[in-house]
This record gives sequence, structure tokens and C-alpha cells, in this order.
Amino acid sequence: MSDLVKNILRFFIFVFIQVYILDVMPHLHELITPYLYFLFILWLPFYIKRGWLLVLGFVLGLTIDYFLMTPGLHAAACVLVAYLRPFVINLFAPKDASGFNYKEPSPKAMGWSAYSLYAIILSFLHNGYLLFLEWLSFGSFIVFLMKVISSTAISMFMIYIAELLFPRKLRYKTNVA
Amino acid sequence: MRNVFLFIRQFSVFIAFLILQIICLYLLFTYNRFHRTKGLGVAGEVTGYFNKNYNNVQGFFHLREENRRVHKMNDSLMNLLKNNFVKIDSLDSLVRETVPFDTTGRQRIYKWRSAQVLYTTVNNDKNYLQINKGSNDAIGDDMGVFSSNGGLVGKVVNTGKNFSEVMTLLNVMNKLSVQVQKTGRAGMLSWDGTNTTELDMTGIPRTDTIRKGDTILTGNYSLSYPPGKWVGTVTRVLKDESSNFYLLKIKPAANFGSLQQVFVVENMNFIEQKKLNEETIKKVERKTDRK
Repeated sequence: MSDLVKNILRFFIFVFIQVYILDVMPHLHELITPYLYFLFILWLPFYIKRGWLLVLGFVLGLTIDYFLMTPGLHAAACVLVAYLRPFVINLFAPKDASGFNYKEPSPKAMGWSAYSLYAIILSFLHNGYLLFLEWLSFGSFIVFLMKVISSTAISMFMIYIAELLFPRKLRYKTNVA
Repeated sequence: MRNVFLFIRQFSVFIAFLILQIICLYLLFTYNRFHRTKGLGVAGEVTGYFNKNYNNVQGFFHLREENRRVHKMNDSLMNLLKNNFVKIDSLDSLVRETVPFDTTGRQRIYKWRSAQVLYTTVNNDKNYLQINKGSNDAIGDDMGVFSSNGGLVGKVVNTGKNFSEVMTLLNVMNKLSVQVQKTGRAGMLSWDGTNTTELDMTGIPRTDTIRKGDTILTGNYSLSYPPGKWVGTVTRVLKDESSNFYLLKIKPAANFGSLQQVFVVENMNFIEQKKLNEETIKKVERKTDRK
């Protein structure tokens, strides 16, 4: 399967999971809001152009927004994640080689600790910005902080589950291909 | 000039990021509770298609529970209720011959239609549900929505051709006038966005006696809802120390998590009443301007 087809399928799967499972099921607690769909952006290949990354983030966020009747809310958070992703990846890029040996960010490509940090930073930014925009219209600051922390914890939990349940078979990049 | 182009090229990604952020924030902050955005109406048709298909599967698992509730109260019964009608004075009807009223001499003011819920959330601070009827089935904005057990659900806020979006009571932007059944005292109902089984009611003075279990009904002054319909029951009576009012916690009558069938209520006089209201405001303002 080519990267394009794979990512188009992923797009629909993530939107489906977010809209029809995570947002429909009753939450464990009022502070916890599960968000997983932005994992789509984290899983995009390394070689993708930064401009395209932004466009894809915008489209993903807007699709979620149209289902949930919140125009611009998720799109704003997704665009932020898409914009900051290359900077975070650069933090963890190996200094000696010319880049990563695998196509996509994954625990296998980056190592578990680097990948966890990468996911934690971006999911914290995503949830923080999203809930900040929500908080502007209503709510108290303590609730906002608690919500960001607990939502990030739940997001990370689901990202780990996704990584363990669906280990992506990534080919090692060689000079021949 | 060359430097300007170089600058734009160097920071093209950052500029794109800023532009996209501005679009997002513009969409977010221009979207108010009466959002008549064209885009959302069109998108409602698209998401409505997916929600309908998904709902066919999901509906199967809720059939039994829902059937029980629907049988309790079906819409043919609702339409026969006495308070849907006003009695027209016999003298009056001579003058207004063209007013449509049926043979019993009553004029219909509320019409109930049933609709199916396609998608609903309870987890956000702004919750909406989508129903499978739209302007083709004579559903319009600002119509009231009730659950199959007769409890108030919310209000239609956006209508597409075949689908509509309903703002439920579990929405922090929702505010409506309700009354206590026992005393008839009117108050405001809202939601603070935390607990989905508790709504807030304010505006009842502490001189009234309110007890746990008292019934809350829809108010008399709404254009969208018929007066005296069930909204919920009081679960906790809190005293606001800084003022002379109660803060009542209300358990909504409708179960928002398991809604499948709803009733949409149309106020037949809505357009006329609203027009009169707007014209009055305009007229009074013009007079004060002239002075």
C-alpha cells in the first residue's frame, strides 16, 4: 500500500473513532475528554512538506468540527500541532546520521522514550490549546488546568494502546530503493 | 521589493500557519448561538448522511427501551391535548372569518411532529443533537424539542433540507425561562458545563418554599415551547449567600444519553409573534431617536 492510500484510510478511521466512539460514549469523569484523532498528524511520514502538513491538519480539524458542530475549534488546535511537529521532531533527530532510518515517527524509529516525549509534548499542546479556546467562553482556571492534565494523560494512554495493538510494519530505508 | 519576496519565501510556512489560525479563530468566534452559517447547513447534509447510516446500526441495540417509552406517549395523543388549542370567542370568529379553525371551534397553536435522533453527544460543554427532519418536513429554527417521555430536550438552532441540529439543555449557551409548578414563579434555567445530570435554576426568591422533588415546567413567555411542559425535578436546594435567591439543581426529565425519538413542536403563531416583537422594538426606537 502506498503512503497516500494508507494515510487516506487512516484519516477516515481516526475521524470515525473520534466522532462515533470517543465522543459518543459516556465519559469516565467530567474532567476527562478523550482525544485521539490528532495521532493522524503524529503518524504522517517524516518527508512530508511543512506546508502540506498544515493543510492536512486544517482539513482534519475541520472535518471533526463539522461533525461536532464546533467550527474552528479542533481545526485551530490541529493546525498548531501540525506547525510545531517538525520542530519537535528536530529535537529528537539523531545528530550523526542524515535523519531517521524509517519513514514515519514510531517507537521503533525513534525509540520508546523519544517517541513518548514527542507524543506527550504534542498532545499536551493540542489539549491545552483546544481547552484554552473552550475556556475563553466559559469555565474556571483550576478546572481548565485539571482538564488539560487529565485529558493529556488519557490521550497518552490511548496512544500507547494504539502503538501496542497496531505495531506498524515499517521497512528499513536503504540506499537501494 | 526583492527583500520582501525573500522574506515571504523564507517565512512562508509561518505565514501559512498564521493565516490558517486566523481562519480558525474567525470561524470560532463569529459562530454564535443563532449561527445561520451556510457552510454548516451544507455540512449538516453530509454529516447527516453518515450519522443516518451509523444510527441504523446503533438503533437496533436500543429498540426495546425506546419502544417502551414511545408507547407511553405517542404523538397522536400529544396532538389531541387540550392546551394545544385556544378557544375562539364566538363573536370574535364572526369578525375573523378567515382564521382557520376546525369544527370544534378551536384554533391550533402547537403542532407536534416526531423525528429520529441521528447523533448526540453529552460530553462536551456545548452539546447538540442531529435529527432526521429538516425544512422539507416543515422543521424550522427555534422550534422546541421534547423527548419521547415528554421532557424538554432543547431547541432547533440550524435547519438543513433533510436534517436539523438541536441545541440541548446540556449546552452552556442555553438559557431559558422555566417555572416552578407549585408556585408558578418564573426562573432561568442554564447549565454550568460540569455535571450532565444537574442543571442550574436561578431567580427563585428565598421567600418561596422549595423542596426536593418539586416539578419544574416550561415558562409561559417562550415563543418556542408550549407552556407547562415537564422540564425536570429539583434534586438539591442551595442557598446563594450573597443574594436573596435560591440556586436550584434540577435533574432533567429527558435522558440525554439515550435519546432515540423526539417530538418537534411548532408554534403556529411564531412568525407573527416574532414580527410583532421586532416591529415594536423598531417603532419604539425610532420614536426615541426623533426626540
